Amino acid sequence: MTLALVAALPFLGALMPALFPRLGRGPLTLLTASFTALALILVARDIPAVMSGQAPTYAQDWLPALGLSFTLRLDGLALLFALLILGIGLLILTYARFYLCEKDAFAPFLTYLMLFQGAMLGIVLSDNILLLLIFWELTSLSSFLLIGFWKHLPEGRQGARMALAVTGTGGLAMIAGMLILSQIAGSSQISVILTKTAEIQASPLYLPALILILLGAFTKSAQFPFHFWLPQAMAAPTPVSAYLHSATMVKAGIFLMARLWPVLSGTPEWFWLVAGAGLITMLIGAKVAFFQHDLKGLLAYSTVSHLGLITFLLGLGSKAAAIAAVFHIVNHATFKAALFMAAGIVDHEAGTRDIRRLGGLRRLMPVTFALVLIASLSMAGVPPLNGFLSKEMMLEEAAHVSPWVIGLLATLGAGLSVAYSLRLIAHVFLGPDRADYPHPPHDPGPGLWLPPALLVVLVVLIGLAPMAMTGWIVNASAGAVTGQGGDVHISHWHGLHSPALWMSLAAFGLGLMALSLFPRLLALWEGTPKPQGKRIFAHLIGGSARLSQAITALIHNGAQTRALMIALAVLLAAGTWAFSTAPHLPGTRPPLPSEGLALVGWLVLITASFAILRFHRQRLLALILTSVVGLIVSAAFAYLSAPDLALTQLTVEVVTVLLMMLALNFLPKATPREDPIPRHIRDGAIAALTGLGVGALIYALMTRQMAFPSIAEYHLENAKTLGGGTNVVNVILVDFRGYDTFGEITVMGIAALVIYALIDQLLSPGPANDRLQSLRPHEGDAGDRHPLLFVTVTRALLPLALLTGVFIFLRGHNMPGGGFIAGLVVGIAFLMQYMASGFGWTQSRLRIDHHALIGAGVLIAGLTGAGAWAWGLPFLTSHFGYVTLPPLDKFELATAALFDLGVFLTVLGAVQLAIASIARLGIRSGEGRI
Amino acid sequence: MTHLIILPVVLPALLGPITLLFFRAHPAAQRAMGLGGTAALLALALALWPIATDGPQLYRLGDWPAPFGIVLVLDRLAALMLILTAFLALAVQIYVLGTGWDRKGRHFHALFLFQLMGLNGAFLTGDAFNLFVFFEVLLIASYGLMVHGGGTNRIRAGVQYVTYNLVGSSLFLIGLATVYGMTGTLNMADLGQRIAALPDGDMALTRVAAVLLLLVFAIKGALVPLHLWLPNTYALAPGPVAALFAVMTKVGAYATLRLGSVMLPKGTTELLFGTLLAPAGMLTLIIGALGVLGAKGLARQAAFAAVASMGTVFIGLSALDPAVTAATLYYMIHSTLAGALLFLITDQVQTLRNSDDLTQARPPLPGTLAALFFVAAIATAGMPPLSGFLGKLLILQSLPVWPVWTTILLGSLLLMLGLARSGSLLFWKGYEIAAQPTGQIPPLARFALVALILSLVALTLFAGQIHPALQQIAQDLHDPIAYVQANDLPAMGAKP
Repeated sequence: MTLALVAALPFLGALMPALFPRLGRGPLTLLTASFTALALILVARDIPAVMSGQAPTYAQDWLPALGLSFTLRLDGLALLFALLILGIGLLILTYARFYLCEKDAFAPFLTYLMLFQGAMLGIVLSDNILLLLIFWELTSLSSFLLIGFWKHLPEGRQGARMALAVTGTGGLAMIAGMLILSQIAGSSQISVILTKTAEIQASPLYLPALILILLGAFTKSAQFPFHFWLPQAMAAPTPVSAYLHSATMVKAGIFLMARLWPVLSGTPEWFWLVAGAGLITMLIGAKVAFFQHDLKGLLAYSTVSHLGLITFLLGLGSKAAAIAAVFHIVNHATFKAALFMAAGIVDHEAGTRDIRRLGGLRRLMPVTFALVLIASLSMAGVPPLNGFLSKEMMLEEAAHVSPWVIGLLATLGAGLSVAYSLRLIAHVFLGPDRADYPHPPHDPGPGLWLPPALLVVLVVLIGLAPMAMTGWIVNASAGAVTGQGGDVHISHWHGLHSPALWMSLAAFGLGLMALSLFPRLLALWEGTPKPQGKRIFAHLIGGSARLSQAITALIHNGAQTRALMIALAVLLAAGTWAFSTAPHLPGTRPPLPSEGLALVGWLVLITASFAILRFHRQRLLALILTSVVGLIVSAAFAYLSAPDLALTQLTVEVVTVLLMMLALNFLPKATPREDPIPRHIRDGAIAALTGLGVGALIYALMTRQMAFPSIAEYHLENAKTLGGGTNVVNVILVDFRGYDTFGEITVMGIAALVIYALIDQLLSPGPANDRLQSLRPHEGDAGDRHPLLFVTVTRALLPLALLTGVFIFLRGHNMPGGGFIAGLVVGIAFLMQYMASGFGWTQSRLRIDHHALIGAGVLIAGLTGAGAWAWGLPFLTSHFGYVTLPPLDKFELATAALFDLGVFLTVLGAVQLAIASIARLGIRSGEGRI
Repeated sequence: MTHLIILPVVLPALLGPITLLFFRAHPAAQRAMGLGGTAALLALALALWPIATDGPQLYRLGDWPAPFGIVLVLDRLAALMLILTAFLALAVQIYVLGTGWDRKGRHFHALFLFQLMGLNGAFLTGDAFNLFVFFEVLLIASYGLMVHGGGTNRIRAGVQYVTYNLVGSSLFLIGLATVYGMTGTLNMADLGQRIAALPDGDMALTRVAAVLLLLVFAIKGALVPLHLWLPNTYALAPGPVAALFAVMTKVGAYATLRLGSVMLPKGTTELLFGTLLAPAGMLTLIIGALGVLGAKGLARQAAFAAVASMGTVFIGLSALDPAVTAATLYYMIHSTLAGALLFLITDQVQTLRNSDDLTQARPPLPGTLAALFFVAAIATAGMPPLSGFLGKLLILQSLPVWPVWTTILLGSLLLMLGLARSGSLLFWKGYEIAAQPTGQIPPLARFALVALILSLVALTLFAGQIHPALQQIAQDLHDPIAYVQANDLPAMGAKP
């Protein structure tokens, strides 16, 4: 439980700046840091337990199916890192309080820093590999925010994105690696995985898992060839560089390699990949660091180099090397964090980090000088400081591996380390005073120098008494890495026969020589072309962004015809594939004899269709030809004994053609030719093939018997007895499948609403409205807008048409007809008034609002359906009975008729609203003015 | 049989007309109907969940037995989709009230209610033709919502949207005609039984019908290359409408699930899904992710992120394995909420910045919005600690196939890069121009955004409680015997 609290504390601390926005910087830092301090105390309380070989744990299920649980475990390695994260964290918080200036947004900074702290602590405490992944990516995200903290600086933004891209990519690879690892091990519990060395190393998936996991570790810990992001991340405020990019986050990759060391190390693959990458990184980092002019750049590359050193040690796979690695983690964290903070002081007080503009600071900034001197000497590996001890251990290990060139290269790396460390001291602090510092430099207040000073004290103390200071923790964490502890021995003197002594001496000689030759070496360095990881990466990212832009634009060019062409082509291909890969037996149903009349209809249909193709640019003509097709279809329905369908099709046809004619009035009369001929041919071919395919499909269906009786048989048998009507189609529409009808009338109603809303938009001030107002009628085409004969006849027809509508509605349940058709018929009657007498005339005489008609229609239909609930029956259950009202005959009353009334009203309202909307266009275009 | 089952359809179907009939001139009352109706739908959906956990429940419309009349079937999956839809709709509705989007055109609330009616109807129905009807309802209502507020570009995109989807509707009809012509039934469960019993010689035509239906659902789900309607539609729709549309693509995924589990026999499904859906899903993810990386505007970026998320969903659906299906459902819930969140934030960016363009810096946006975007981007890219990460891990773990792993991880990378780029430009680069951000998010809108984020957090924290329910759903889909039995079908070929 304590452990869970420890893990939660930094996150709770991250909330403080948001919860107490009014707090000043000092109190806010104090409040936030108290969470870190508490966590540190809680961890420290567990030290005795860990030392005695226990590992406090906390477990809470999260997503068992995934193998993800919130399991924490504090063993030696976790303890070491937790102390580093929290201890240095406290110092950094203090330092940041004094480092950031007034105009920096301090509260968010604290939040990001604490988020990072929580994430980092989570990584080291996780005993679940997936939980570790979660915290792992969280460190990438919080580091992104911290690097980009100075939002106005382009370097900060680019550095942030580059860090995220590199570490994020590695993280994604690691996800795969971790999943493989947990699948081999059969568990995602780290403490369980660590017991499965044999299974894991024997698995054929060992190498892929290793590579994927190492990708994550290498990117995070800035190992070659992924090291280039770390120097770019130095755009972050210095407290961030000191904390994330030297002491903690970049050690996450190393932590992971140490964590999984028992199961992954010891194979030749591990040796070559890890030790190789480490060694190369150590050399490259040290070399580049030596030539840096930016103080932070030098420290950044030296960090890369030292991370390489630790990686190299872990890669060696021996127990002694692992101990050295762990020890160097501690030492590097102390001297490097101190150096970064000191570099921040120099930047803060002297106004520049450019080494070429510095020098001679030892008298002006004596305290800072003392700090840098000690920390740098430790970095260089000068006895008796702590850096010396771990460097000696590293050289000792390197000397014992074959091939011998490894020892040589390690010595070279150590020499370069000496060189840049001494250069840091010599070029920044030694030499003559200068007159041209951007700021007059002086030592800062204790708020800035005290945190690094504490670390420097540690550097000295660990150096003087390594076993007393760190023996216990190195022992415990090396024990956690290698699985056996107890025999850590760190000393300054190993005797004259130790190769490390001679290698060390060689390194010092090399370093001093390099420093004395610096100007000449620099000229040489500047003269050689260098592959710039940063630039390559920027090109890669920029290039892929441009490439995706191009691909996206190519695919999504916005052309509707092409989109539809692709859809149909896919349909054709998929349909053909589906048909041709399964057995097919042609149908056996005999075709009906083709009669003359049907043949004529068929010919007309074909002719009209081809005529549309030919004349489709003349819109009015195309519309009329379309209506011919519609009419033939209606006739075909009638011919095939479906009078209801015929009536519906006919009325729908009339309404749509009339509406479209009215709409065409406001549109250009001809369609421009847009596509080139070859595309026409291509589209035509696809369209024709699709049409033929659908035709073939329908032919195949019509020429076969269904394998089972259709549900229509039930409808035919029960329409009268159970549905109370002899017109089966109508009974299906209002009863058997009344729910479909309910949906469809809603669709009609919505469609009308949409038309209304759209037209409303057109009529609001804008280009469409302007165009409307300047529209002039085609006087040449129509001399008389409202021919007297047309007006008279339509007005006389109106009552007749209304009566027909009522008749069709009433007979619907038993004879062809019904609410849907009736609604359309009445709608047509009104439509004719609009056409004959004009929009304004008709509009002014219609009293009922069309919205209300639609609303009432859907409501009546819905409430009729809901009425059944009163009898405990489902929605839309109908009821019918027979009543006799003298002097009339006995007649039938059915709730279905009420439902049909809803249908009628909705359809009528929809047609009306559509016309009325178009009428509004007409009135706006000035119909009334003529 | 409880009437509660039909209420998610009937309630909005009545509130919509009431709004039209009585409150045409009362904007405040319209808002009350919209908000009240949506809240009631959420309560209803939550009340239906315990009913659904008792096993699939049948509702016979008009009291006609299946397969002769239409039935609704409420099972866990349907209930889940109802809850998801209602919750999302409520958040969107609150956002709309906070930003005044509903006042920018006519009939917003009626259309909104009809849209919900269409969605709920599609999730509840157990009848294939009725599914078509509700596809029409939601299509036409969504078209109305999409062009809400007008503007040349939006209306043009609207025309493309509705035309393309009407082609889909035609295919749907042809597909339905084909299955009806083969089997003589429209009830989904009955279809499944009859198709399984068809003679060998009918296989080719049946498979054609299956392909037709699959393509229709793929259009709805924006599966590449049938996704071409989506980017413009979502990018140009009003922000809150695009947010609501996050659940529309899921209708396609939902219907695909029903097609695969109930309507088609196993062999056919395996062949179809494995051959068509799996590669298309991977392509969808990559094309969507490339679109995110290359987008020049935030709205388009959000739209392509929606495409990418559907890619992941279809990859998961194609596997036909209960564990993968459960993982996919989890990811689907996540991507619906995360997608909506991103669209709402995009709308705020557009409002405060007067542009969503990603090529030029403008004065900085408020820090709250930056924080919200950061969270939305994490969710969209499927990064930890939010549910997207868990969803992807679940899919990866249950589908250990290297093309899938590569695609999903590569997709995540591209999304991450693209979103980091736009975030940096939108929320950081502006500080080069001005030191202080301007503008603020309306309180109700902020409430809606935070509610969506909290829902993602809850989805993450309670993954251990939610996932078993999804496993149950996946199991039911894999072996739909209870669903079929609930339909209470007569013995095949027998007369009732």
